[in-house]
Order: sequence, then C-alpha cells, then structure tokens
Amino acid sequence: MTPSIALEGVVKRYGSRTVLDGVSLAVRPGELVALLGPNGAGKTTAVEILEGYRTADGGVVRVLGEDPRHGGPALKARVGMMLQDGGLDPRSTPGDVLRLYARFHEGAREPDKLLESVGLATVARTRVRRLSGGERQRLALALALVGDPEVLLLDEPTAGMDPEARRTTRALIGGLRAEGRAILLTTHDLGDVERLADRVAILHGGRIVAGGTPAELAAGAMPRLRFRLARALDPVELTGLGAALAVTASGATLVAEPGEAPGAFRVEGAAPDPALLAALATWCAGARIQIAILWATAATLEERYLELTGDRHVEAVE
Amino acid sequence: MRQALTDGLVVTWRNLKRIPRIPELAIFAILQSIMFVLLFAFVFGGAIPLPGGASYREYLMPGIFAQTIVFAAATTAIGMCDDINKGLLDRFRSLPMARSAVLSGRTVADVVYNAGILVVLMVSGFVVGWRVNTGIPELLAGIGLLLLFAFAMSAIGVWLGLAVPSVEVAQQVSFTVLFPITFVSNVFVPPQSLPDWLQPVAEWNPVSTLTAATRELWGNPNPYVGTGLPAEEPALVTIGWVIVIVAIFLPTGVRRYRNLSR
Repeated sequence: MTPSIALEGVVKRYGSRTVLDGVSLAVRPGELVALLGPNGAGKTTAVEILEGYRTADGGVVRVLGEDPRHGGPALKARVGMMLQDGGLDPRSTPGDVLRLYARFHEGAREPDKLLESVGLATVARTRVRRLSGGERQRLALALALVGDPEVLLLDEPTAGMDPEARRTTRALIGGLRAEGRAILLTTHDLGDVERLADRVAILHGGRIVAGGTPAELAAGAMPRLRFRLARALDPVELTGLGAALAVTASGATLVAEPGEAPGAFRVEGAAPDPALLAALATWCAGARIQIAILWATAATLEERYLELTGDRHVEAVE
Repeated sequence: MRQALTDGLVVTWRNLKRIPRIPELAIFAILQSIMFVLLFAFVFGGAIPLPGGASYREYLMPGIFAQTIVFAAATTAIGMCDDINKGLLDRFRSLPMARSAVLSGRTVADVVYNAGILVVLMVSGFVVGWRVNTGIPELLAGIGLLLLFAFAMSAIGVWLGLAVPSVEVAQQVSFTVLFPITFVSNVFVPPQSLPDWLQPVAEWNPVSTLTAATRELWGNPNPYVGTGLPAEEPALVTIGWVIVIVAIFLPTGVRRYRNLSR
C-alpha cells in the first residue's frame, strides 16, 4: 500500500545546526504513527516540512504522493493540520473560527457538530481567550478536522488537557484512524503512544534511533529486576544494598520506583539473572529485611524511551 | 482567479469583523485625526496665512484626509505583523486557500476600514466649516483617489509588516517614516512657506499631490507652488505614484509572504 505520508532521508539544517539528519518515515492509510522525542529533537520541524511550511535541505518528502511545498490548495484540502497552541484570534469564538475555516473547504464538516464531537459545544460562543489550554487544543483539533481530511498531522494533540479531555480526544483520534485516515502525531505523552500508535518512531538528535510497534520497542530494552521490601531503607542500608548489587553485576544501579511505596525499587543496567537475585537475597538476609514482592519484568516503553534519549521530561502513561 | 477572489473576500470579511472586536483601534484613529483638525483649525490655523486670504479650514481638511489615508500603511503593517506573531498566518497557510487571499484580504479590509474613518472625518470637517464647492461626481472622484492611495499605502504596510520582527517595531518604523512625509508637504502649510530647497520635495511628495488633487476636485483653496507637472496635474501624478508604489511593494510583499518561515 502506498504511504500517505513519506519522508525519505530528510535533512534539515538551521545554519550550522542539523535538526533532521536523514529521517525516513512512512504512514499508510488507516495507520497512526507516533513521532516521539525530547524537546528540540526535530519533531515539529519534521511536521512543518510535511505541512509545506519549511523546505527540507535534502531527501524526499511526499504527502499523498505530492511534494507538500507545491501541492497548493488541492493538496491542503486533503490534509488536516493541528498546530501547536497559537494562531487563534483571542477575540473570536470557537464557532466563528470553525465557520471561517469551513468556508475554505468544499464539503466541510458541519461546524456545530464538529464542536460537539470535540466536546466544545458548551463554549461555542465563548471568546478564545477565555478557553482553557485543553479547550484550545480541542479547538485546534476541530480545525484540523473541518475539511474531513485523508491525512492528519497532529502536533502534541493532548498537551495541556485534563484526563477526561485526553480520554475523549484519544477516542476521537482512534476513531479517525479506524475510518482509514493516515495519522502522524508528535507527542511527549507515552499514554498517547501506548493507547493509539500502531508504530512509534523515536527521534533523537535529528535521527530516528528506534522504530516499531510500542510492544516491539519495549521488548528491545533490557528486562528489569523489581522488588518491594517490607520496610523503607535508611541511607546507610540504601548505599549497602546498592554496593552489593553493583559488586555482583557491574553497571547495576538501584532506583526507587516513583509513585510506589518507600521500599519499592528496580535495578537498572543489569539483567535479572540468578547471581543478581542471590546478591539481593543475601544482603536482605544479612540486614534482616523481608522481601515482600520480587519479580523480573520486561521494560516499559517509557524505560526504553529513556534508555534511548535520556529525556526526563516525558509524560508517563496515566 | 475565482478562488483567489472568493478567498480574498472571506479573509477581508474576517478582518473587517475584527474591527468591532477592537473598537479602540478605530476610535483612536478617528480621535487622532479629529485632534489634528481641532489643533490646526483652532490653534495653529490662525498663525498660518493662506495666499489670497482663503479659508484655512477648507484648506486643511483635504490634507487631514490625505494624512489619515497615508497612515493606512501603519494600520496594515501593525495588523500584518500582529497576525504573524500570533501565528494566524501559519494557520491560514495550512488552509486550502489562494496564497494571495491573505494579502488581498488585508489590503482590501484596510481600504474599507479607512473609507469608514474618512466618512467620520468628512462629517467632522463639515462641522468645522469644510465644504465641497463643486458637485457629487467631484466628491466621489476625490474619495476614489483617496481610497486608491489607501490601497497603495496598504501595499507598503504589507511589505513592512512582513519585514519587521514585532508590532512595536512596525509602529515605530511607520510613524518615524510617515510623520515627516506628511509634514514636508502641503497638508498643513502652503509649500511657499517652506525653504526653497525643500519646496521641490514637498511639490513631488505623493501626499502633496494627493492633497492638491482633492482640493482641486472639491474647489477648496489650493495655493500650490510651481508650474510643473505636480502643480498642473496633481491627480495624474498621484495615480502615477500609486502605480509605482504598488508595482514595487506588492510583488516584494508577496515574495516575503511566500518565503516566510522557510
């Protein structure tokens, strides 16, 4: 099947800085690909090149088989773009903005119904400046959908939304994919990726450093030893346990599990092999601390992502 | 061509709809012009004698109209720059619309906006004693010339709005350039009162030719210096200026717009 969106060896430079360095990516009809990466990785630049705003310095860019810089209105009518916040007249209302945009599209979706589908019917007559960040995001999504496009480019579609709005928006985007639209979304939110993406491409330093389904990506990471002790450790015990594990497996690092009970840890940088388990059990026996739970698991997508990019600002799955 | 026209009208309408949402813009533009009328009619006017003792207020008003129209460039530049900085142009560029629509919509809307301000000013002028001493066709021809010039000034405004980084800079540049242009002219004083070396500049200044043309059309006092082309055919010279300005600034503005964010 011919991809609706295709980047092949795309290079983009700003002065001496290379923002995209041979990026290749394809999205087919009915497929949702997430472009994941830390701030400054080049995600927005990639989307702007697909939108035709920016010109690539090298490589091939195709949207529905055409070069987006030269596609003109006929191509733009088939592509919906959700831009990051901004570009909305603060004094206009969602209803007005949507009706204005609808006038540029033949066969545009009915603005009032569209507002209802993104959950903005109650604020259709509220000035844009009075909308919350999440409501503006939903309006931006509605603007991307007004022309009933075949291809959607969504830049951080759920950023700034509350959990309820996120759920609604994800359901809406999932529905659009099921209708056969090709969707490329950039995101920082691993919840978007795990719940929506058929495939993920991780962009780091201008290159795609990993790609595949979310499960394939997570499977590529080293499994983790996780455990919960019967009580919290004091700083001396913490250092002692860390040292015992590091002696057994070089590179092993003890990490407290965020959001878990004080005695919950995982071991980074070492496979959960019998020697590591024995070292943990021996140290606990010596310190007379019970192990409440112990398990070895595959890494999560978040862990794989952090391994690849070192980005600590990623939003974890809710 | 049809799409360019339709899309241009949609953008024009969008820009016009914004005016009542920011009424301060129009109100202060009108107040500023009325302030000039009152200052020059009642404060400085008595100290500016006209050759032949003609009415200063009748002399002044066409100049005030021309000055207001010249400042259309500032209105357009500020509006354009504001649209860019707020990301509105990026949104428009994502739509299946004719590329020219954003620029034509901006210039046409600003011409309509200036036409509205002109009407208010004409009523104010009428109150302080300005009269059209010819007929309706001449009145309409004068208004047409002013609006034609407003279009040319908007073309400069588009170019400027796309060239400067912020609304503040657009404001500063506009006023720094436009104030001397309107003052080194026949708008407030007869050119005869200017130093000899400055008189040719004032004579060929498009603001002067526009003002002289409307004075001539409306039968208002027009003590114009010299016997050259600007003095004899101010309307034709004004149209020439419009053609030159549009020919320079419209294509360069369009090019700037196309190359935005590349």
